[in-house]
Amino acid sequence: MKKIIVILITTFTLVVNAYAGSDGELIIKKNEPSEIKDCSETFNKASFALNKGLDKIIFKPVSSVYRVLPSPVKTGVSNSLNNLSNVVTIPNNILQGEFALAGINTGRFLINTTVGILGLFDVATLLGFNEYVKEDYGQSLASHGVGPGCYLVLPVLGPSTARDTIASLTNFIGGDAWYNVTVKNDTHYFRDFDYYASRVTAGVDFRAKNFDSIENLEKNSLDFYASVKSLYLQDRQQRILNSTKIIETQDDSDWEEIETQ
Amino acid sequence: MKLKFLTFLIIFFSISSVSLSIEPDIFVQSTVNRASKLLSENISKDEKIEKLKLIAKETVDIRGIGFYTLGSKRKSLNEEEKKRYAKLFEVYFLKSFSSRLAEYTNPEIDVFNKEKLNDSYTIVNSLLKATNERPEINIDWRIYTKDPNNPLIRDLIIEGLSLARTQKEEFASVLSSNDDNIDALFKVLEEFSNN
Repeated sequence: MKKIIVILITTFTLVVNAYAGSDGELIIKKNEPSEIKDCSETFNKASFALNKGLDKIIFKPVSSVYRVLPSPVKTGVSNSLNNLSNVVTIPNNILQGEFALAGINTGRFLINTTVGILGLFDVATLLGFNEYVKEDYGQSLASHGVGPGCYLVLPVLGPSTARDTIASLTNFIGGDAWYNVTVKNDTHYFRDFDYYASRVTAGVDFRAKNFDSIENLEKNSLDFYASVKSLYLQDRQQRILNSTKIIETQDDSDWEEIETQ
Repeated sequence: MKLKFLTFLIIFFSISSVSLSIEPDIFVQSTVNRASKLLSENISKDEKIEKLKLIAKETVDIRGIGFYTLGSKRKSLNEEEKKRYAKLFEVYFLKSFSSRLAEYTNPEIDVFNKEKLNDSYTIVNSLLKATNERPEINIDWRIYTKDPNNPLIRDLIIEGLSLARTQKEEFASVLSSNDDNIDALFKVLEEFSNN
């Protein structure tokens, strides 16, 4: 734990130094996966090995059972988790200046929690609401031009960056309403268990959805650690830029260089 | 007569060149259909892998991807090393690519859009339909169209994540943890291919 704090403090300096304007091109450049330094590679690789071990004994076996459950059950679980994540997405829509989207997501949350029976059914999408896109505090910082700092692999939680790790602490100081009503405050309606169970279920749901891809990647990688790092940072880049179009999220110039080969 | 003949030749060749060029989206859909048909055949996994390799050799620019994957290191290789790398990369690529695909049975992929980036590249968008075990997946294809008559695949972008870029960073990691020694990469590629 102490080591994580030291790494965070060291890398925080880099994050703050990286602060600049929020121009789209600048954001692409700052978050370019190949440019993000792996400052604590030894720690990260140890963490990665620990997570791989946990995956082998917990997440993989559980998700292999979960993935054979009937589709409606899995869809219901996914919908509920997505619905719950609105309580973090909505404040971040506001922080990113997306007020209309914050309104839409609030409507989505209210409809799905009530008519959709605690989010089990995505009624809002059936009613024609826009596709739901999750947002978090790391994305909000990035959208205001804060650079990622160093790449980090957190024990149990997995890949992250210094910026995103620091930003995620906001969830525990009031930024996540679900955490507030389960762990932080005694509301008599929810228990700590509800929060942790939802987090573990989200992990299992993610693992199950990507079961074959992860197995395939591990089997066919020359360097599994580097592959996971690259995929995580590419994914993060698109979430920050709210685009899945590769030409909008990555520097394309290296493809042109091949011409001269 | 001479003028008429000349006009005929000009029209003939312009029509021929148009008819020979293959639209990138049609190229992708036909490649996908070939692979899909093969994967649904009742043959062994090893046979599927061998047949997939043939399709990949025809439709993927393996040499181009190989040099892209090598990043800036390619500039410092001599001709001998380049030849060795291209050979090793092809074996590695075909093994990795075909064994990844062979896991799927009868995948249904629909091509629905294309976006021309420049004369060299077009991005083709497609959707891998959902099954009971996984959600639907967006797959984009970077098609190298320098020769419009012979388009070639240079990258697969799955849900916005580029496989070529991932491979490039993986190779960079192998090189950086071995003092940038190309022989170390050759060794890793050989080991992967022999396993």
